[in-house]
Amino acid sequence: MGLATEGLNLRRIGGSIRGLGGFAVVTALTFLGLLAVTFFIGRVVPIDPVLAVVGDRATQAQYDAARVAMGLDRPLVVQFFSYVGEVLRGDLGQSITTNRPVAEDLARVFPATLEMATLGILIGVLLGVPTGVWAASHQGSWIDQVIRVFALMGYSVPAFWLGLVGLAVFYAGLGWVAGPGRLDIFYEGLVPTRTGLMLVDSALVGDWQVFFNALDHLALPATILGFFSLAYIARMTRSFMLDQLGQEYITTARVKGVPEWRVIWGHAFKPIRVPLITVIGLSYAGLLEGSVMIETVFSWPGIGNYLTQALLNADMNAVLGATLVIGSVFILINKISDVLYRVLDPRSR
Amino acid sequence: MGARDWLLDDSPASRVQADLGRAYRMGMALLRNPLAVIGALIILVLILTAAFAPWIAPESPFGQDLANRLLPPSQQHWMGTDELGRDIFSRVVYGSRITLLIVALVAVISAPLGLIIGAVSGYFGGWTDRFLMGVTDIFLSMPKLILALAFVAALGPGIENAIIAIAITAWPAYARIARAETLTFRSSEFISAVRLLGASHFRIIFRHVLPLCTSSMIVRVTLDMAGIILTAAGLGFLGLGAQPPLPEWGAMISRGRTFILDQWWVATMPGFAIILVSLGFSLLGDGLRDVLDPKHGGER
Repeated sequence: MGLATEGLNLRRIGGSIRGLGGFAVVTALTFLGLLAVTFFIGRVVPIDPVLAVVGDRATQAQYDAARVAMGLDRPLVVQFFSYVGEVLRGDLGQSITTNRPVAEDLARVFPATLEMATLGILIGVLLGVPTGVWAASHQGSWIDQVIRVFALMGYSVPAFWLGLVGLAVFYAGLGWVAGPGRLDIFYEGLVPTRTGLMLVDSALVGDWQVFFNALDHLALPATILGFFSLAYIARMTRSFMLDQLGQEYITTARVKGVPEWRVIWGHAFKPIRVPLITVIGLSYAGLLEGSVMIETVFSWPGIGNYLTQALLNADMNAVLGATLVIGSVFILINKISDVLYRVLDPRSR
Repeated sequence: MGARDWLLDDSPASRVQADLGRAYRMGMALLRNPLAVIGALIILVLILTAAFAPWIAPESPFGQDLANRLLPPSQQHWMGTDELGRDIFSRVVYGSRITLLIVALVAVISAPLGLIIGAVSGYFGGWTDRFLMGVTDIFLSMPKLILALAFVAALGPGIENAIIAIAITAWPAYARIARAETLTFRSSEFISAVRLLGASHFRIIFRHVLPLCTSSMIVRVTLDMAGIILTAAGLGFLGLGAQPPLPEWGAMISRGRTFILDQWWVATMPGFAIILVSLGFSLLGDGLRDVLDPKHGGER
């Protein structure tokens, strides 16, 4: 039995590696597609791309310099390939708001978003999976209906509105959580930046006051973000579970007298773990995107806030850089969960 | 023979009778789902509100009254007044027109586009299919909201550009569905029969393939409406969608943001409208899927 399973695993992994070559090509093409879209948005859609980059306060000399620097006199195809080359070298251009390279700015703000989205997905998984299983095991009951409406709320509530209401109720009204920003102002700069993740940085130097203050600030935005992934994860879990609970092997287990909690968690839950990984990956990627709105409301110094600030200042290089980074992470997470699915699920070889 | 029997006749005598019978059966099935009925009612109210806004709204959505600014909800102003003394309820009522316009235009632009790309891709197969689906997949694997934001940044803020940006991000999902549907009956006998009769590719796709894709398309579009409304409101909130003084719900929330701690109603009230309408579309879409798309029966 043990040997046979091992042989199966080896063959499974072998098959996956052969699939991986094609996968790398597809992923590379998708990235190229993303670049084509950002290039299109940056250079073709605006009526005057130079104006979009330098802003309307630029002098004529700056304007002309930017036009030559952008190489707008060359054919579009040549422009595209030089753009791809620049991006591959990590050059995303200069931001007109911060006067720094966009790539540097993005590296500075990204950890704040990562920290919030990671806490959000933890909340979403830890609450969403049991909620979905609970709804499936009480299919058709009022519990199921309540969960269904609750989950649909996740598709219907604007994130920025929930953020504002959350601030008004839990910060201003009840005083349960800290307000906007990552830290109270007098904790700012006490902890050296290593990873950029406030919780990790403060824990590394053992400054627990800063740690708990950061957690206090994270609690509300991460919970709101988590609610959206919770809604999605719970809905998908319920649907997967219902598929399993309708199968004959479940009836067999029940007839044999297996206790209901073991039927659910020991039998029906096992085969849905693989598709759930894909769902969790997708919703993690979705949270990186969803954080744009939340960050704006909570003045969270992450990539979403950076993007919206750039949008308001018509800072095109910064907009495209942020779009590129969020898009790349999104694609990467998508593809990784795809690969995981293939490796873990014997049927999709 | 009563009207009901005529509608439920197993061997309809005409195409009209068959179509009506199908619609009747679907309507009945939908009525058995209480949540779907609630969703349909919400959307009906939205449409009626938009149509009769001047008669429903007690005041003009633009009429300023600085003496009565930031009044809390009362009998006279159901949802209070905003920072320029405008009646928020009237603005929310007029805002339904903008929401309905955005939703309708996005659906009208992106659904047919996705349908045609998907049907062409599935019908011809080969390199056409590979190329079109490659492009579709690239768009599908990108974050929608971010893409819409970047497009609006390039096109410039405004309601028309917001609609274009949302439509550009919405079509790929429809192309995927249309292709999958087309593949299931591409090699079926009735398509071969039409082809033998000498019908052109154009005619086959438009007369015989597309109509069969519409039911799953309706389900998907209805389910997507909530997301479209949220994206449009988000663009409005960021100041990139409908511009003031237009009473767009997202832009209204953005204006009320400054007063959220003291005058909570300014930002909160338009939010309820967004939630209600999005929820309505989600509930109806869920119900429609159960009726029209038995393949996804697992969801029930």
